[in-house]
Amino acid sequence: MAESNQTGRVVGIDLGTTNSLVAYMEGDAPVVIPGVDGLNLVPSVVALDPAPPEGGRPTVTVGNTARKALIETPERVIYSVKRLMGRGLEEIQSELKLFPFRLAGDVEAGEVPRIQLGEMRFTPPEISAYILRQLKRNAERFFGAPVTQAVITVPAYFNDAQRQATKDAGRMAGLEVLRLVNEPTAAALAYGLDRAKEGTIAVYDLGGGTFDISILKLRDGIFEVQSTNGDTHLGGDDIDNLLLAIALDEIHAEHGVDLRRHPGAVQAVRKAAIEAKIQLSTEPMAHFDIELPNGDRYQREIPRAVFELLIEPVLQRTAGPCKQALADAGITPEQIDEVVLVGGSTRIPAVRQLVDDLFHLAARGKKPHIELNPDEVVALGAAVQADILAGASKTTEEMLLLDVTPLSLGIEALGGTVARIIQRNSTIPASATEHFTTGVDGQTNVAIHVVQGERELASDCRSLARFDLRGIPPMSAGLPRIEVHFLIDADGILKVTAREQRSGQAAKIEVKPTYGLTDEQVEGMILDSFDNAEADFAKRLLIEARNEAETILSAVERAPQSPAWAQLTGEEQAAIAAARDRLAAVKLGEDSAAIRAATLALDQATRRFAELMMEAAVSVAITGKTMEAAGEELGEAVTAPHPMAAAEFK
Amino acid sequence: MFNVIDSAVPIECWSCSIGHTHSTLFCPHCSKIQPPPGGDYFQVFGLERKFHVDLPALEHEFHRLSRKVHPDRFARAGEKEREWSLADTALLNDAYRTLKDPLSRTEYLLKREGAEIGEEHAGKDRKDPSRVPADLLEEAFELNMQLEEMRMAHKMGEEDPQLHADLEQAKKKFEGLLAAVDENLRAQWQVWDAGDEAARQTAQQTMVALLDRRRYVRNLVRDVTETLGA
Repeated sequence: MAESNQTGRVVGIDLGTTNSLVAYMEGDAPVVIPGVDGLNLVPSVVALDPAPPEGGRPTVTVGNTARKALIETPERVIYSVKRLMGRGLEEIQSELKLFPFRLAGDVEAGEVPRIQLGEMRFTPPEISAYILRQLKRNAERFFGAPVTQAVITVPAYFNDAQRQATKDAGRMAGLEVLRLVNEPTAAALAYGLDRAKEGTIAVYDLGGGTFDISILKLRDGIFEVQSTNGDTHLGGDDIDNLLLAIALDEIHAEHGVDLRRHPGAVQAVRKAAIEAKIQLSTEPMAHFDIELPNGDRYQREIPRAVFELLIEPVLQRTAGPCKQALADAGITPEQIDEVVLVGGSTRIPAVRQLVDDLFHLAARGKKPHIELNPDEVVALGAAVQADILAGASKTTEEMLLLDVTPLSLGIEALGGTVARIIQRNSTIPASATEHFTTGVDGQTNVAIHVVQGERELASDCRSLARFDLRGIPPMSAGLPRIEVHFLIDADGILKVTAREQRSGQAAKIEVKPTYGLTDEQVEGMILDSFDNAEADFAKRLLIEARNEAETILSAVERAPQSPAWAQLTGEEQAAIAAARDRLAAVKLGEDSAAIRAATLALDQATRRFAELMMEAAVSVAITGKTMEAAGEELGEAVTAPHPMAAAEFK
Repeated sequence: MFNVIDSAVPIECWSCSIGHTHSTLFCPHCSKIQPPPGGDYFQVFGLERKFHVDLPALEHEFHRLSRKVHPDRFARAGEKEREWSLADTALLNDAYRTLKDPLSRTEYLLKREGAEIGEEHAGKDRKDPSRVPADLLEEAFELNMQLEEMRMAHKMGEEDPQLHADLEQAKKKFEGLLAAVDENLRAQWQVWDAGDEAARQTAQQTMVALLDRRRYVRNLVRDVTETLGA
C-alpha cells in the first residue's frame, strides 16, 4: 500500500504463547478490550471444528471454545504455536517431544513446517493469524468500526525470522502491522505512563514460553533500551512439562497406564498440572486428583518446597541472561532503580525470590513492581505505543521508545568465521555498509551469507538469509566494488540493498531467507474471510444489521397472536405497523446504518408491547408456569438486539 | 542547528521541488522530512571534528533529534516520508553509537583523517604475532604459556592455586596497562584537538600505535578472564 491509513484506531496486541490480548488507549489510559465472553484473555488456542457433512472448509474457532476442544478432539487443536514461529524443521524437533504438534509429513528441509490439524495443514503464521483475526474482530465489535492497523508485541529476544513470521501473521489476518514492539519494552511503557520517572529500570519478563530481560533508561519521556537478553524457549510451559512428566511417569509406574498414547488424557493431566502450579503460588501445598481411563484415581500432594526444588533449574536459566544484560549495559545491580515483573510466571514466589537476589532488592529496601496485572501489562504497553504511532495524542506526544537489536548481525567470512557488522544492543534503526568484490575474472554474482548471533563461527550462529548479488558487470577479479547496505528497521527486521559502485549499477539482490515464507506465499495465505478489507467490513456490518432486523421483524410478525397485542391502542398498533414496514423496506437496501436506525425505531415502537408481555408472563408465572417457560414465550421482542451484540459470522 | 552542510548545488526537495542550498533534515519550504544529509557523524550533531565530546550535551541532542525524525513519528505518513525517516534515524543512531563511545569515536575520527587502523573482526588478528608490542613480548609469551597450562589443568580437572594466583596477578597488571593506554589516548586527544597541523600529525601516529597496543592488551585480558572464569 502506497499511502498509509491516516485515520482509524490503532490497537495494541499482545500475541502471547498462552494468552493473547488486544488493548487500546481510552483517553489517557490503556484498557484491554474484552472478547464476546467478557473475558480479557483470549487463550492462544486454535481449533478446527468438525468438517461440515456437505463438505467444504471447516470453520476455525479460537480462544476458550477452542481450549475446551483440547480434551475431546486434541488432534484438531493447537496451542503454544508461538514456539514454532519463524523456526525451521530441524529446530523444532525438541518442541515436538513435549507438545502434541503433528507436523505434515511431506515438508522438505528449508520449507516452513506445516502443522496437521485434523484434515488440514497450517503454517505457524497462519495459526497465529487466526488468533490475530479473533482479536481484530473483538476490537471491531467493541468499536463498531473496522480496525486495520495494529502494534504487535514480540519477545525482545526474537530473531529476524521470528519477527518476520509475526508480521506475516498480521498481514494474513488483515492487519497492517505498524510496529513490532518488544514485550518488556511495552511493559515499561505501560508503567512509565502513570509515573513521570527518571532512572534505570529492569524488566524481567517470564511468560508462557519466552523469557526476556531488558534494561532501560528513562529520561524526559524517552525510553532508551540499554541492553536486552533472553531465551525464546523458556517459560511457564517448561514448568508445566516438568510437572506433567512426573505425573505421567508415576501414573505409568503405579497404575500401569501409559497415558502418553492418549492425547486427550495427557491434556487432562496437563490441565491439572497447570492448576497445581497456579495453586502453589498462593498455597503451601497442591493436590493432583485425576481419574484415569481405567477408573483408577491418581492422587498426589505436591508441597511447595518440592515444587521449588523441581523448577530451580528452569528458573536458574534466567540468571545468566540477566547478568549478561547488566554487563552489556555497563552497570551493577545496585544501579537498577526499579524492577518490573511481567508475565504470568512471575507470580511464582520462587521467581520473585530469584529476582530479589539478582538485583539485590530487599537489601536496598526495594520491591519489584507488580501493580499492573502481569498478564495484561504487555498489551497495555502495546496500546500506549499504538497511541504514540497514531499521533495527535496529548498523553503520549512526549513519549518515544528507542529499542535495540537483541542479536549481533554478521556476515560469514572466509574460513567460516563471522565478521560482525552490527553489534547486539545497537539502537534500532541501525545500519552498516560493507564492500564486496569478485574473486574470479568475469564473475557476475557474489553470494553473501548473513547470520545472527554471538558465536565466532557462522555455523554456530543462526542463518538469517543468503543474498545473491547478481548482474555485476563482468570485470577483472577484485575490480568490482559492490556496496551493500544492511539496515535493521524499527521492527528489528533486516533490509538489504546493494550497488555496484564502478558501474553505478544497482545490483539485483536475490534474497533467500533461510527460514520463512516468501511474499507470494504470505499473499496466498491471507485468510479468506470477510474482514480483510474495509469493503468487506461494510459487507459484514450489513449482514449483521440485516440479521438483527430479521430477528425483530419475525418477533413482530408473531405479535398479534399474543394476548398482550389486544391491550395496545389502535394508535400503538399502527405505529408498530409503520415502523415494521419501514424496516422491511430499508432492509432490502445496502445501508447498514439506516437498517440499524429502523431496527431501533421498531424496537422503540414495540417497547410498551414488550412490557405488557412481560407483565403477562409474570402473572402466568405466579399462577404456576415456570419463569423459564414464560421467558421462552416472550420471544425475542423483549431482548431487542443491541447494536454491539455478539453476531455470528461464518 | 542540525548538520548544516553548505552545498554548492541546490538540493531539490522530493516533495515540493523547491531547491534549498543547505542539506537539512526538513525542507525549509514545505517542512517535509528529507533524505539523509551527506557529511560525517560529527556533522549529524552539528559538532566540530574533535576527539573530545561533551557527552551529556551529545545525549541531549540525540534525544532531541530522535523525537523529530524517529519512524514512530511517521508511522502513518506517506511511503517516502517513512523511508527517509528510517534512513535518517539509522544515520542518527549509527552516529550516536559511534561518538558516545570514546574508543569507537577515536577510531572513527582517525579513519576520517586518513589513518590506517588495524581492522578487527572476530577470530582475525588475535593471534597475529607481528602485532605484539616489543616491550610486552616477553611477558605476553610467559602469560600465554601460563594460560595454556591452566587450560590443560582445567581439562584434567586439576587445580593449581599458585598458577591461579599468578594469573590473577597478571590480569591485574595487564588491566593496569590498559588503563594507562586509555590515559595516554586522552592526552593525545587534547594535543590533537588544540594543536596545529604538525602537532596533529604526530598525535595521530601516536594514537594509531596506542590503539594497536590497546587491542593487543585487551585480548590478553579477555583471554585471562575467560580462562580464570572457566
